[in-house]
Amino acid sequence: MSESLIVPTMAEMLAQGKQPEVLFWVGCAGSFDDRAKKITKAFVRILNRANVSFAVLGTEESCTGDPAKRAGNEFLFQMQAMMNIEVLNAYEAKKIVTACPHCFNTLKNEYPELGGKYEVVHHTEFLKSLLDDGRLTIEGGQFKGKRITFHDPCYLGRANNVYEAPRDLILKLDAELVEMKRSKANGLCCGAGGAQMFKDAEPGNKEINIERTEDALETKPEIIAAGCPFCNTMMTDGIKNKEKEADVKVMDIAELIANAQDL
Amino acid sequence: MDYLDNILFAILLGIGFGYFYSNVKKIIRNINLGGTIDRKDNAKQRWKNMAMIALGQSKMVKRPIAGSLHIVVYLGFIIINIELLEIIIDGLFGTHRIFAFLGSAYDVLIASFEILALLVLVAVFAFWIRRNIIKLKRFSSTDLNGSPKKDANYILYFEVVLMTLFLLMNASDLHLQNIPGGFSHFIKAGSFPISQFIEPLFNGMSNELVMLLTEIFWWLHITGILIFMNYLYFSKHLHIILAFPNTFFANLNPQGQFDNLESVTKEVKMMMDPNADPFAAVPVNETEAPIKFGASDVLDLNWVQLLNAYTCTECGRCTSSCPANITGKKLSPRKIMMDTRDRLEEVGRNIDANKGIFVPDNKSLLNDYITPEELWACTSCNACVEECPVSISPLSIIIDMRRYLVMEQSAAPMPINAMMSNIENNGAPWQYNQQDRLNWKNE
Ligand code: SF4
Ligand code: SF4
Repeated sequence: MSESLIVPTMAEMLAQGKQPEVLFWVGCAGSFDDRAKKITKAFVRILNRANVSFAVLGTEESCTGDPAKRAGNEFLFQMQAMMNIEVLNAYEAKKIVTACPHCFNTLKNEYPELGGKYEVVHHTEFLKSLLDDGRLTIEGGQFKGKRITFHDPCYLGRANNVYEAPRDLILKLDAELVEMKRSKANGLCCGAGGAQMFKDAEPGNKEINIERTEDALETKPEIIAAGCPFCNTMMTDGIKNKEKEADVKVMDIAELIANAQDL
Repeated sequence: MDYLDNILFAILLGIGFGYFYSNVKKIIRNINLGGTIDRKDNAKQRWKNMAMIALGQSKMVKRPIAGSLHIVVYLGFIIINIELLEIIIDGLFGTHRIFAFLGSAYDVLIASFEILALLVLVAVFAFWIRRNIIKLKRFSSTDLNGSPKKDANYILYFEVVLMTLFLLMNASDLHLQNIPGGFSHFIKAGSFPISQFIEPLFNGMSNELVMLLTEIFWWLHITGILIFMNYLYFSKHLHIILAFPNTFFANLNPQGQFDNLESVTKEVKMMMDPNADPFAAVPVNETEAPIKFGASDVLDLNWVQLLNAYTCTECGRCTSSCPANITGKKLSPRKIMMDTRDRLEEVGRNIDANKGIFVPDNKSLLNDYITPEELWACTSCNACVEECPVSISPLSIIIDMRRYLVMEQSAAPMPINAMMSNIENNGAPWQYNQQDRLNWKNE
């Protein structure tokens, strides 16, 4: 694993009079959650390998306000949004890429009305475009022939109709993509959205992530691929609950690609 | 000539349509109790959606069995209503089979009505079995206990009666048409692929009796249709009309995009403006009612949400795909819609009883109908919105009610409060310092 990641900040770029091709919005999970930090780093390794000029906001980044908005706190959401928009606009950000579907949805759909208009792409879409443009090549490597199932994050799939980019990437690994009975527009939530990540579930007879993990396990996968740090946590917990950690791994698409490249 | 029949018929029509009209007016008034929301943009896409989803039933067929059965009943309903035009003209002017001059086209028309009537009977039978014998989960959940369950079955019985009367009417008519030398005004017209098999039923009866029966079938049929039409108002079957405006006015934005409350934007801008004078900033406007954030009652919802409530067909596709409901939580998006309609009806009755104004009744949609527990179980996953065959969004009501709970009542669950204060203080939902945001780089 390469130890030295090149991660310029927007402030450093500005000091050098440079404007990066794309701003990488890391998100709270990607910045602080131990599991999600690995996804962040995997993605950066790919960006470094493909020589993409990018920068992060670093300490100037703040929560997009997504969990506050879904919980109903429009005040807090809009305060966060306006602060972030001020920063983004000061750097004249044009294109933003993020590995979190919640940040993606909020930045893409809810910021424009408040004065933040950017081209926002999810990291799976961005990786796909790097491949299409020939800036990145991948070979299946260790994933060749592996059974991989993809869990559609609600805020990427149903919320924004991104279904194909992550699947295209999995297929590029020469892996065997197996679909769950509930997938794409009919996918089942991992249970984390709508601020559920931050509270206990209401009384019921099962946790949602267990139900979803069962969907995934039915496909007898070797890997459950995810495209969202929260889905990743929920599915990982589900796998632990089913005592399947030894046989089934939960990985982000960025990690799959970085690992295939031995990055 | 004796015009009594025609006059009676005109009166019957007048009552039927008059009552219908008064109820339609009531629905429109109730829907207009909702707040404003702009849904007039992009008319082209809206017409397209209506054509595809309401007329073309594109979302129904996602569940192929229910979808194809539904299409049969739906086509039968529409086409047999063309027959209604002839019935009305015949009834008003004392004519008989006025469209018979169309000749072979008329034969084709009547024949296809008959075949559809039979198919409808078959489909209705299958629907009844699904509901009452197989007891599909989404039709046996507790949301539907009581009148909604009966309502669904009444509609099926109605269809059976109407279709049977239609076929009996044709069969007896055919019997009279076939009398050698002709009988009264029963000219030879139409082709009867189905009712020809019922026709022998009338063999052996006197011509006058058969004629009387024809009249009775005819009257019962039209009366049944009028009753059916007026029953709609009290039924989930209102969707056969409202599905059209509802799909037209449906949300066109990405499903993940929630609206930004404008009233909040104003206040936040004021708060964040370093030049704003904190004392001058509060506009004193006593005539203006204080803004309420979010929704605790139906009057706080917008008119599209209220239209949604009247349009809901109670099919439960939303609930059967809701992750919270699947895992046994109390939340059922169908119930959210049914509750909203029930409460709106209650408010409407209150207004009717109080000469046009709503007199507070110490009740509200929140708590009296929908509990916070239901609202907090939602993951905002949009599965319900995706599933709804008539483009209803239960989620938008859930979020508006959460907004009320959080912004007006500060009644969020404790961990949610903690998450929010973390965002406020640290710029992240967890207790980490914003200055540590880039630590991952060197770890
Ligand atoms: S958005 Fe909420 S109500 Fe709708 S299906 Fe998802 S969890 Fe259920
Ligand atoms: S909201 Fe839509 S899906 Fe749910 S019961 Fe009503 S019509 Fe069916």
